[in-house]
Amino acid sequence: MSDSSQLSLTPSSSPAARVWHTRRRALQRTLVPFAFLAPFLVLFAFFLITPLVYALRMALYNERLVGGTVFVGLSNLEQAVQDPSFYTGLEHMALLGVVQIPIMIGIALLFALLLDARAVWLPSLFRLGFFLPFAVPTVVAALMWGDLYAPSFGPLAQISRDLGLGTPGFLTSTWMLGSLGNIVTWEWTGYNMIILYAALKTIPPEIVEAAAVDGATPLQTALRIRIPFIAPALVLTVVFSIIGTLQLFNEPQIMSVIAPQVIGTSYTPNVYVYNLAFSSHEFNYAAAVSFVLGGFVFLSSYVFIFLTRKQR
Amino acid sequence: MTALTFLEQGFTRRNRRRSFATLFLLLFLIYFLLPLFWLIVSSTKSDPQLFSTFGLWFAHFNLVQNLREVFTYDGGIYLTWLGNTALYAISAGVGAALFATMAGYAFAKYRFRGRGVLFAVVLGSIMIPQTALVIPLYLLLSKVGIINTPFAVILPSLISPVGVFLMRVYAERAVPDALLDAARVDGAGEFRIFRSVSFRILVPGFATVLLLSFVATWNNYFLPLVVLSTPKYYPLTVGLAQWNSSSSAGGGANVLFSIVVAGSLVAVIPVAIAFLLLQRYWQGGLTAGGVK
Repeated sequence: MSDSSQLSLTPSSSPAARVWHTRRRALQRTLVPFAFLAPFLVLFAFFLITPLVYALRMALYNERLVGGTVFVGLSNLEQAVQDPSFYTGLEHMALLGVVQIPIMIGIALLFALLLDARAVWLPSLFRLGFFLPFAVPTVVAALMWGDLYAPSFGPLAQISRDLGLGTPGFLTSTWMLGSLGNIVTWEWTGYNMIILYAALKTIPPEIVEAAAVDGATPLQTALRIRIPFIAPALVLTVVFSIIGTLQLFNEPQIMSVIAPQVIGTSYTPNVYVYNLAFSSHEFNYAAAVSFVLGGFVFLSSYVFIFLTRKQR
Repeated sequence: MTALTFLEQGFTRRNRRRSFATLFLLLFLIYFLLPLFWLIVSSTKSDPQLFSTFGLWFAHFNLVQNLREVFTYDGGIYLTWLGNTALYAISAGVGAALFATMAGYAFAKYRFRGRGVLFAVVLGSIMIPQTALVIPLYLLLSKVGIINTPFAVILPSLISPVGVFLMRVYAERAVPDALLDAARVDGAGEFRIFRSVSFRILVPGFATVLLLSFVATWNNYFLPLVVLSTPKYYPLTVGLAQWNSSSSAGGGANVLFSIVVAGSLVAVIPVAIAFLLLQRYWQGGLTAGGVK
């Protein structure tokens, strides 16, 4: 390299450094980073890439009672793309995503802005209190909300009856999606708030101060400066929410115990895949459906990133 | 005089606005804490009282009896589940954080062939549906004979693509190249530099990924549900879900609902305590994720 032939007095070109640069750089360049990556990559290859490739292979075959495993090409995937049960679940999640994600991210953003602007008393109490649901296992969250929703002994129904409003049907087919959306909002708003709050903390204070000197109101500062500044973090939280919503499983699975008729076997795509595999033992078709779902996850995330990138 | 009144007016207006905003957030705080309050209240009630008294206030105090039942039911299996959960969450948390730190550091501080592609693959893997991985994993682990063992839960939980992403961003900003060069000039090897220089700087990020992986494994339901079939290997989530199904089914031989409720409370406490103790880390360390 040229820097080893030049003499200079900076410390990085001391003799020791030059020896290191010339003799070990080539070796270091190829081997050292891979040594650091090795534990992660080995596990990644074994427990992520291998199952994925295996699932793809499974999707291309069928188990037959007569004849054993048969190559069926894309027919499982074709069937999955046209499967009405899959689309029932996908429609539920699309509706949930379109309504719940904006509400959740909106609230999280509002909280983050208020906390960052020191616009409230006791900010650390709110940060901790809003984030606490993230520490609760989704299984326990679904259990708790399921009991709060209960039409007979649930406290929400008790209060509603005392007020003369009758028994609310949280667990009926009309309201189930909203009830699930509420659980998801409860679980994830604080987490998103923390990510957005952390992003707001990186705004150089001079920018906000300059805006205040120029006479900008707090609302104008929020809309014109602080929110645009954290746009990448906002996109990140929405993309993670899209991925999570399309893969919803734990909450509906737990709710199916108390509302089996409403949830059924295909309320969400992942509930459907799970039942295909472990109730019907159609592993090959289940793999095909999960690949189609993966396609939709990728597509929706990509479309969202593309649309927001164009606007910036 | 006038200037002072003006200042005072501004101050009280600011205070009034602040009180209003605080009140607004307090309403939300009630919403976020309500289910947990219900859980605490309910775990102090006997089984019949859960169905006969107002859900959001205390009745006869039966907590001690409930906890005793949680820990003695079915030969004390709950304690086994608690131990399993701790084992899975601690080993997966520490391992995932360590491997993500090393990998993130490599992505941040070294230039090598295939870096961009490799990082894109790791990040893209976040989008793969759980079912697309767990179902083939179930079949593959059956073939190699580690299905229905603790390894079937721990080994896949050691991968944290989000952790690699966070640590890459964190290492890029926190570890100066000049410091690494200085250590190299002093003749330190690359692994020694990582161990005694870089890792110390990366500790806050490491702690964040550790906490996130610990919580993810502690709360994981789908993977253990699929890969475990013997109750003595269950973590709390799978065990509690099974108790809940049994309790909802009703009848004399089934688990009492009061046990499910008290068991749920015990399952939440360790993670809540971990969050309280490690506040400094998750509040600061998550900053890395918000930047890119």
